[in-house]
Amino acid sequence: MNMAETATTRTTRILILAVLIVFTVLPLLSMITTALQKQGTFPSGLTFPTHPQWHNFVDAWNAADFLALLKSSTLIVLGVVPAAVVFSTLAGYGLAISRLPGRSLVYGLFILGLTLPAEALVSPLYYELQGMGLLNSRWALILPLLGLFMPFGVFWMRAAFQALPAELSEAAEIDGASSWPMFLRVKLPLVLPSLSSLTILFFLWTWNQFLLVIVLINNPVDGNMAGALATFQGEHGTNVVLLCAGSLIIMAPSLLIFFVFQRQFVRALLQGAIK
Amino acid sequence: MLTSSNTRVSSTAMPTAEPEIQVRRRRPSRRPAAQRPRRRAGWSTLLWVLPALTVYGIFVLYPLVQTVNYSFYKWDGIGAATPAGFANYQSVFTQSALYVSILNSFVLIVFFTVIPVTLGLVSAVIMRELKGRGIGTLIRTLLFLPEVIPLAGAAIAWTWMYSPNGVVNQALRAFGLASDQHAWLGDFSTALPAVGIIGTWVVTGFCTVLLLVGIAKIDPSLFEAARLDGAGRWAEFRAITLPELRRELVVCVTVTIIAALASFDVVYIATQGGPGYSTMVPGLEIYQLTFIRQQVGQASALAVVLVALVLVIIVPIQRLGRER
Repeated sequence: MNMAETATTRTTRILILAVLIVFTVLPLLSMITTALQKQGTFPSGLTFPTHPQWHNFVDAWNAADFLALLKSSTLIVLGVVPAAVVFSTLAGYGLAISRLPGRSLVYGLFILGLTLPAEALVSPLYYELQGMGLLNSRWALILPLLGLFMPFGVFWMRAAFQALPAELSEAAEIDGASSWPMFLRVKLPLVLPSLSSLTILFFLWTWNQFLLVIVLINNPVDGNMAGALATFQGEHGTNVVLLCAGSLIIMAPSLLIFFVFQRQFVRALLQGAIK
Repeated sequence: MLTSSNTRVSSTAMPTAEPEIQVRRRRPSRRPAAQRPRRRAGWSTLLWVLPALTVYGIFVLYPLVQTVNYSFYKWDGIGAATPAGFANYQSVFTQSALYVSILNSFVLIVFFTVIPVTLGLVSAVIMRELKGRGIGTLIRTLLFLPEVIPLAGAAIAWTWMYSPNGVVNQALRAFGLASDQHAWLGDFSTALPAVGIIGTWVVTGFCTVLLLVGIAKIDPSLFEAARLDGAGRWAEFRAITLPELRRELVVCVTVTIIAALASFDVVYIATQGGPGYSTMVPGLEIYQLTFIRQQVGQASALAVVLVALVLVIIVPIQRLGRER
């Protein structure tokens, strides 16, 4: 009887897991099968492509101006991620070693931004960037994203530096090392895992940023991949086959990078949530 | 007992030696040298923080202050602004077009938070003893897919799922429920839950994996002890799993509630707030008020209410996680 019970619970477990996975995969699967249908037809959500039209992807590639998008997205990532990681690390270190009475106030100021929805900032940001003459340029995304990433980045890196054993600093202080060499040679190498997780998270958030692109960028080829999805949907929304093919192509870089770095991604996302 | 009290005595004896050293340090000749580095370590830390604080100040804090500032004016974004007192805030709570967006986002919390966290908890508990590491990694990868693709992409995929020819209606036809077919996103009664399920899809895998990792960290001896005490599954869940997962649960709830309240991406792609205002959310309403209807002051008041709402909900939850 005990055996039978474990067998049924095991079946239930696998069944629930299967339902969860089908639910997760189904929308993407539907997109893939649709993308391979003949253009101009009205296929059902899940139709096995008997004559897969691979050419749809070429059409979508051209229609989405994919290379220009890829270039623009890459430029934005290069503008945001390295600077955001460096700024967060410096500030996180500064706040971790600081003895100033106002340090918790400064830290609190950053923490304030942790739960701040970007929706609450877009209107003034628009007028601010307009005043700076940066609207509709990539700087209009790069600079605000840098600012928006600081609360999490500072929080993350401060925690990483604080987790280091205190004896380390004491030993280095006795050796007469001032804070800059100590930071570079002793402490930075020890927080590299946190640093790489932060880099992955910043990359993902920049690549997938949508709201700021919609508000601050007029020409889609100056924006990123996520913003391009809205444009592509607007232009080809009625041609569902091309829409699915185009969306898949636009999402392909994120998926590709995810599959290559999946271990690091999963770790980064889980750690990023827990801290 | 005796030895332990002995060590305690000796350890309390140690600090008495320290003041002696400090007294010796305080000799006039050594004093400046000993104190200068300490003071420098204080003020120089400002330099470390400066780059981060600059971008944060210019592109987050300043706009935030401006949002509050705008919210007390009537302004079309171009001409002169006229002071409006609290009129914009009054409208947020009296004009149905505005407060409906807040009510809708509360409904979305059910789909973004309550359902995914419950589903994630159930699947995590059930999958706890399901072994097989190779499969585990594959499952984890699949469950993480929705978290990695842009929300706009998720919304496009689901818009297609919900369309007349989409998978949902196709499945209903296959099960002989053709009369239940719907334009799910176009119907006043189904649009909001349909948008909500997109959110469920995006965050459920993430919650499941997060909770699974949390369960794996629970000391197995706790479960063994419960089993020896003759505890059933439910008792075990309530006495061990739930309290031990407190931290992970708080994280899931916090992250998903923020996602529900700031659900601009999905709604913008899937419904643009329609039909009518049935799927309007604060983020999209702020966007439309500012850039389409040119009511910047009104948009800002709604933005301030949104920020306050997030804090009012999130801060107590965080407190709950910090207890124990």
